[in-house]
Amino acid sequence: MTYLTKLSAAALSELLVAKEVSAVEATRAHLDHITAVDTDLHAFLHVAGDAALQAAARIDARRAAGETLNPLAGVPIAIKDVLATHDMPTTAGSKILEGWVPPYDATVVARLRSAGLVPLGKTNMDEFAMGSSTEHSAYGVTRNPWDRGRIPGGSGGGAAAAVASFQAPLALGSDTGGSIRQPAAVTGSVGVKPTYGGVSRYGAIALASSLDQVGPVSRTVYDAALLHDVIGGHDPLDSTSLTDSWPSMAAAAQAGLTDGALKGVRVGVIKELSGDGFQAGVTQRFTETLALLVAAGAEITEVSAPNFEYAVAAYYLILPAEASSNLARFDSVRFGIRVNPESGSLTSEHVMSATREAGFGAEVKRRIILGTYALSAGYYDAYYGSAQKVRTLIQRDFATAFSQVDVLVSPSAPTTAFKFGEKLADPMAMYINDVTTIPANLAGVPGMSIPIGLAPEDGLPVGLQIMAPAKADARLYTVGAAIEQLLEARWGHTMLSQAPALTPTEMFASEEGAV
Amino acid sequence: MARAELMDFDEALELFEPVLGFEVHVELNTKTKMFCGCANEFGSGANTNTCPTCLGLPGGLPQVNKKAIESSIRLGLALGCEIAEHSRFARKNYFYPDTAKNFQTSQYDDPICHDGSITIELESGRLVTVEIERAHMEDDAGKLTHMGGATGRIQGADYSLVDYNRGGVPLVEIVTQMIEGAEHDAPEIGKTYVAAIREIAKALGVSNARMEEGNVRCDANVSLRVRGSNVLGTRTETKNVNSLRSVERAVRYEIQRQAAVLHAGGTITQETRHWHEDTGMTSAGRPKSDADDYRYFPEPDLLPMAPSREWVDELRLTLPEAPAARRKRLQAVWGFVNLEFQDVVNSDLLDAVEATVAAGASAQAARKWWTGEIARLANAAGVVADSLVTPVQLAALIELVEAGTLTDRLARQVLEGVIAGEGTPAEVVDSRGLAVVSDDGALIAAIDAALLGQPDVLAKIRDGKVQAAGAVIGAVMKAMRGQADAARVRELVLERAATIE
Repeated sequence: MTYLTKLSAAALSELLVAKEVSAVEATRAHLDHITAVDTDLHAFLHVAGDAALQAAARIDARRAAGETLNPLAGVPIAIKDVLATHDMPTTAGSKILEGWVPPYDATVVARLRSAGLVPLGKTNMDEFAMGSSTEHSAYGVTRNPWDRGRIPGGSGGGAAAAVASFQAPLALGSDTGGSIRQPAAVTGSVGVKPTYGGVSRYGAIALASSLDQVGPVSRTVYDAALLHDVIGGHDPLDSTSLTDSWPSMAAAAQAGLTDGALKGVRVGVIKELSGDGFQAGVTQRFTETLALLVAAGAEITEVSAPNFEYAVAAYYLILPAEASSNLARFDSVRFGIRVNPESGSLTSEHVMSATREAGFGAEVKRRIILGTYALSAGYYDAYYGSAQKVRTLIQRDFATAFSQVDVLVSPSAPTTAFKFGEKLADPMAMYINDVTTIPANLAGVPGMSIPIGLAPEDGLPVGLQIMAPAKADARLYTVGAAIEQLLEARWGHTMLSQAPALTPTEMFASEEGAV
Repeated sequence: MARAELMDFDEALELFEPVLGFEVHVELNTKTKMFCGCANEFGSGANTNTCPTCLGLPGGLPQVNKKAIESSIRLGLALGCEIAEHSRFARKNYFYPDTAKNFQTSQYDDPICHDGSITIELESGRLVTVEIERAHMEDDAGKLTHMGGATGRIQGADYSLVDYNRGGVPLVEIVTQMIEGAEHDAPEIGKTYVAAIREIAKALGVSNARMEEGNVRCDANVSLRVRGSNVLGTRTETKNVNSLRSVERAVRYEIQRQAAVLHAGGTITQETRHWHEDTGMTSAGRPKSDADDYRYFPEPDLLPMAPSREWVDELRLTLPEAPAARRKRLQAVWGFVNLEFQDVVNSDLLDAVEATVAAGASAQAARKWWTGEIARLANAAGVVADSLVTPVQLAALIELVEAGTLTDRLARQVLEGVIAGEGTPAEVVDSRGLAVVSDDGALIAAIDAALLGQPDVLAKIRDGKVQAAGAVIGAVMKAMRGQADAARVRELVLERAATIE
């Protein structure tokens, strides 16, 4: 049954619809694979094996009864631990939420359950999605399936690693400054940050409300589109959710597979997102992909986005400011862990303080302090106010660029996966890693990362970021699917099929247990 | 708590000029909360009207209650405010366990209503215009109950319980400009202003406006300026003064307390103060400086609002007559003297009297019944008067009295029957057999019997000592078991006394 885990969600769906494979079989295959490889990779924080098998059995029963189901019904999925699930712990990678089971499902989770997808478990992440390496998880690192000494990206390293290592064909992630796209890039998977407001945030534990967006993680562009169609669309519980009706992303992806899909497509290369600071192999694969696009009839233009230079700085004011307020609710009163102070009286203030001291990691504290400072009287205008102005300028840069081109492209990340610990001591180095992905969040436009090859110098995946105007998510799927098809035709295989085989690890180092 | 030194009020006013400011919170009576679908209900089991959003659970998000915005705009219009073309919510960040999110969703730079004013009339007839700086929307906090201590206060408590049912209930906070020139009227201005806000909110139907349930809460800012100086004094903010009388007392108390402190060479600390209804004193709360940093920033989870001018104009058309104007009109139409009218207003029976008059009763009769017998029964039962009978029922009762079918005494019995649910006044009259005996034949027989039974009385009446008739009237009424019209009996007694053989 191992082969079932190698299938795309779409291919698995075909077998399920044809009743050649049952949802229970598909789910069990993935659970078995998780058992085999995840002790080492640690993509999952929680695996809900029994619940998954029961959900799968219900789908099989409905299908046997002749019900018409969503194409993805019976397909397993991994869920980033930032999303509330009523039947699984939801920790956002933080100690402060250890063991917390929400009394409700996030809207996206409710939607995928009602479409019949089978939740396998919750995936690891940087604490409260603060990080680019998943090293800031309170529950230990997740390893990159391509090189277990390297980071899987972040904050959604668990989701990307789960998909890239065939533990799940699909995952739900969240992207505040690249947390879906950058992990996708460094693990050779596909990740999409939809237009801000395109997918409900209700039940997604907020990092920065004006930047957060939930989106799909997958191994193919078409799979991402199928999942996007399930989770997208207006949700009255999220006031920032757009009321637009959306075209089928799956149909848009299909359109990319037709001959000449790229002919006449105007592709803008962002001048500011190249050159210095970009790894040679990343630039090389990016340039080759551009050549492929030209050969397919696309028109490449260089566009300038002069204010992108300020994006990281603005982002690291807006994000901590909003986060400092969003994380205020973690006070031990209503949910989560409670830690009593070692000395002093047990007032709510002291208990809250001790809880936050013990429950939050260093990066979270750093950002709460930054954000609190940025919002303080006398500093607001200089910091938060100025950052919001930069945000407007970046939106204008996008508007100008999109008046000339249909999509913008850049490398998804400046480098391939770095080694554990490499940037941990230097927050700025970690922050700069998101230079490519942050502008899309500041402007609310959709972005996608697809794999475009391995960097020659380290043999690690490189991603291409495609961005479209707000609400033109469908364009990403068309262009993304077209490029994916061109590359796979040239390689003669998918990129993830080249990932090193993961050897099942022994559950215990010895009969006596771990030594 | 040590009793503070107080200066005599008149003496304080000689030395200082009080400057006032009020922040009145009006709790809206929307069906659901400000930012979620939970019921906005008083008196439900603790934490039953809650959801991930109003409990501040991770992942919860706010959705604006349109009705709350509508009510806020109507309230703003009734206060003569401008309605902002662009308005937005802001987060007011502070940690307190009754605030589930540890920030209050409020408004900062862009309140929905601003720059209004209302004119209030004091008992002396003095008119005072209070300028309204702003009226903004925000969500209420939950309710903390401190357990284990002797006082029920947080000091000395073993632990505290928190009920988030009230958390997220919509509030409008109405903030005045500084009120100067209040002089001796300062306490009354406080009371009258809050009464006016309460009355407007009630007339609009946007709030239940019951101060005892916390629907209207007042924070009173008081400072004293040395006479002749143009430097403002340091203010204190007395929180949650929750009755009209308390507003008056708290303002008076703070003037007297601050005057004593300042006169003794002390300084006033800028702080919040707690009002103690029982002792009639305020006590120091927490220091409050202008530098209190709530780290306001625009609420990113909610979109800015742009109430269309058409909508605002539509809402303007729904405004009822201003309560002050309505009172003037009704007093004139009804012809009540001030005392009578105040009695109705103070008993909160203006609507009831108006509806009773509309149902056909005379204004005086309506007033007399509502503020008299019905108020007495309501008071005894511990309920509000207009919950006992409907204006239509009372009007029917009054009609029966005026038609001579019932005496006042009988009518009171009928009223009891109506309150007991025995039916309409006419039905109660029938079922209890309470109609006045108007058959003169039966009365004459009883009167003749009484007169003949008391020849000495008869002689006195015939001698012109008319007051002697009382004894006969009493006997007749007794014989008729009260079911006779005393005035008619009196007439007949005099008539029969003259003619009886």
